Amino acid sequence: MAISQFTYSNIPPEAEALRAEVRAFIHDTLADYPPTLSAQSWMGFNAEFSKKLGARGWVGMALPKAYGGAEAGPFARYVIIEELLAAGAPVSAHWIADRQSGPLINRFGTEQQKQHYLPAICRGESYFCIGMSEPNSGSDLASIKSTAVREGDSWLLNGQKVWTTNAHHSQYMIALVRTGEKQAARHEGMSQFIVDLSLPGITTRPIRDLAGGEHFNEVFFDNVRLPADALIGTEGKGWDQVTAELAFERSGPERFLSCMALLKTLIDALGKTPNALQTREIGRLSAKLLTLRNMSLSVTAQLAAGEHPAWAASCVKDLGNAFEQEIPEVAQLLLETEPRQDGGSEHARVLAYLTQMAPSFSLRGGTREILRGIIARGLGLR
Amino acid sequence: MREIFETTIERLFADLATPAYVMGCEGGEWPADLWAVLEKSGFTLAGVSEALGGAEASWADMYVLVRAAGRFSVPAPMGEALLANWLLSKSGLEGRAGALSIAANANLVLDGERVNGTAYSVPWGRNVEEVVAIANSSTGVPHVVLLSRSAASELTLSLNVAGEPRDDLGFTSAQVLAQAPLPNGFEANVLELGGAMLRAAQTAGALHALLDMTANYAGERKQFGKTIGSFQAIQQQLAVFAEQAAAAGIAAEAAFVESRCGLAALTIAAAKISTAEAASVGAGFAHSVHGAIGFTEEYPLHLLTRRLWAWRSEFGSASLWSQRLGVRVCQGGSEGYWPLLTGHGQQSLTRLVSDPV
Repeated sequence: MAISQFTYSNIPPEAEALRAEVRAFIHDTLADYPPTLSAQSWMGFNAEFSKKLGARGWVGMALPKAYGGAEAGPFARYVIIEELLAAGAPVSAHWIADRQSGPLINRFGTEQQKQHYLPAICRGESYFCIGMSEPNSGSDLASIKSTAVREGDSWLLNGQKVWTTNAHHSQYMIALVRTGEKQAARHEGMSQFIVDLSLPGITTRPIRDLAGGEHFNEVFFDNVRLPADALIGTEGKGWDQVTAELAFERSGPERFLSCMALLKTLIDALGKTPNALQTREIGRLSAKLLTLRNMSLSVTAQLAAGEHPAWAASCVKDLGNAFEQEIPEVAQLLLETEPRQDGGSEHARVLAYLTQMAPSFSLRGGTREILRGIIARGLGLR
Repeated sequence: MREIFETTIERLFADLATPAYVMGCEGGEWPADLWAVLEKSGFTLAGVSEALGGAEASWADMYVLVRAAGRFSVPAPMGEALLANWLLSKSGLEGRAGALSIAANANLVLDGERVNGTAYSVPWGRNVEEVVAIANSSTGVPHVVLLSRSAASELTLSLNVAGEPRDDLGFTSAQVLAQAPLPNGFEANVLELGGAMLRAAQTAGALHALLDMTANYAGERKQFGKTIGSFQAIQQQLAVFAEQAAAAGIAAEAAFVESRCGLAALTIAAAKISTAEAASVGAGFAHSVHGAIGFTEEYPLHLLTRRLWAWRSEFGSASLWSQRLGVRVCQGGSEGYWPLLTGHGQQSLTRLVSDPV
């Protein structure tokens, strides 16, 4: 039964030993970092900070030493990223490269590709974005229309990507596009490319979100000529490669810690002698957080064992997103604080920001409905 | 040890704790033959030290026993006996082989060898031979005491939503069978804490069985010419149910595994809260998906759902444990919050708050 995949896993001592080190680093590096900035969580961009983390060896740490990594297990990375997320450190610049693109290149790339891309990722200097969604392909990702056509020694890329987080800051995009005729099996005929975003024919336009922030983008490809070695992995196997990443993408602490800054300002605003309702709600949320963390660690143990816990990862993300989205609601329930875009208390500003961000939590990285569909399939219902 | 425990106990319960048998025991009928097999197998002494006649199993090992008791709606205080024997052993007292329960909520005064007062809501209080409780000496020192049920001068019968006995036992100058001061590092609420941990594991087990049952039903029952499980509306309910069942399982397991020396209070609080919420969500969805058939006495769905409704409020509701956990969190402020959440696995907090609510 699918549910028995969840078994308790402790963080091994050698990974746990990193915690004090990273905590001290955050304490020194981000002294007086305001809650309004830490509220951005893994959307906070700071190139200098990413470089400092890289210098400590905390970016791409699971990658082989030959390419600048530390060959550390998934738990070591887990400790690092959960500490960074809990502190609201600005990790956005290297986030996708560290979580997904680095491991993908290491797994599917040629020796030359690994040597070319991985060392800069590990230094915290190379930023990646993920080109998946298109204007008419959201949850139905297999319906994408962007194409790469082989022309002699190169590929000609045309089409459009949208909702691409950090495309305006990144040097590279890993894009999923069609390389063959649409087949009877709709998941065939797609391939992944590492697209150098400085190439001619590429236009990137940030899309302002409802809170005025610029995180996601639309990216246009107009006869972009890609070298032959832009193809990553196997031609036609893009879908399989994308789905292999999903467990990494959906089970991490970033799926339930997005409102950590608000939970902290809320606890401080309530003070040491909160009333009964306030105490109960803080206790209830804390229990959920502990349980989500144990679920996430359980998936990490499965990843460490070389398994493919896509089902369990979907459970973590859906439950985690619901938790993140509940926090602004509970904050409103517990205190008469009017959210403030500007002015007001720090708690009021963090509340305003995260109230507006919350809807995105269950959209990015797979919608609630898609995740629940995956879970239902694991129960034998589809 | 855990694997052997799991396969043995699951086989034992599958043979003996059939739905008809469980149903027949509701209302206070003692499952004499089931208990005889449990006793013979030695499971109830699992947590007792080898020196005192047990297997010295850890709570991590015993998790699968208690979860299985929940999965099969076992109509007997197996978890209670495990906890009672574990506490006796920790107090340097011998484990007891007979029918044994606990009194987590008691108002008992120990005077020399004699006890006065009342033990409330004792699981199967009317049936068991002996009960383990905490009694305060006349100078206020908490003691672990072993009492004979037949020494009770007053018996007030009560049943929970699942027809499981939860009886009050009154004692008047009753002779104790054994006693010892509460071991160092243990709090007077140790049985409530342990009871909450037991119910968390039983709830997790019952939820897993309930999810299986409901997913199977959705895959078989046809309406509009296809199985109801092929409708997205049903799939979405079952997906949320599965998430909650998974959360309950890991939360309960964490409580047992992290109870290495004493009982891991913070993790147990989180487990009781998480499993209670999952119980409410799971029971609701299971009935929704089953429709009217699940509401009948004949169909065994209610054996699980009524236990979920009973267990979520026993040994402290989600609300009570949330209150206690909330006090602990707010005492530490935002600075102490993350260290508290990440540090509990290393340091087994037997005491949740310095000043209990």
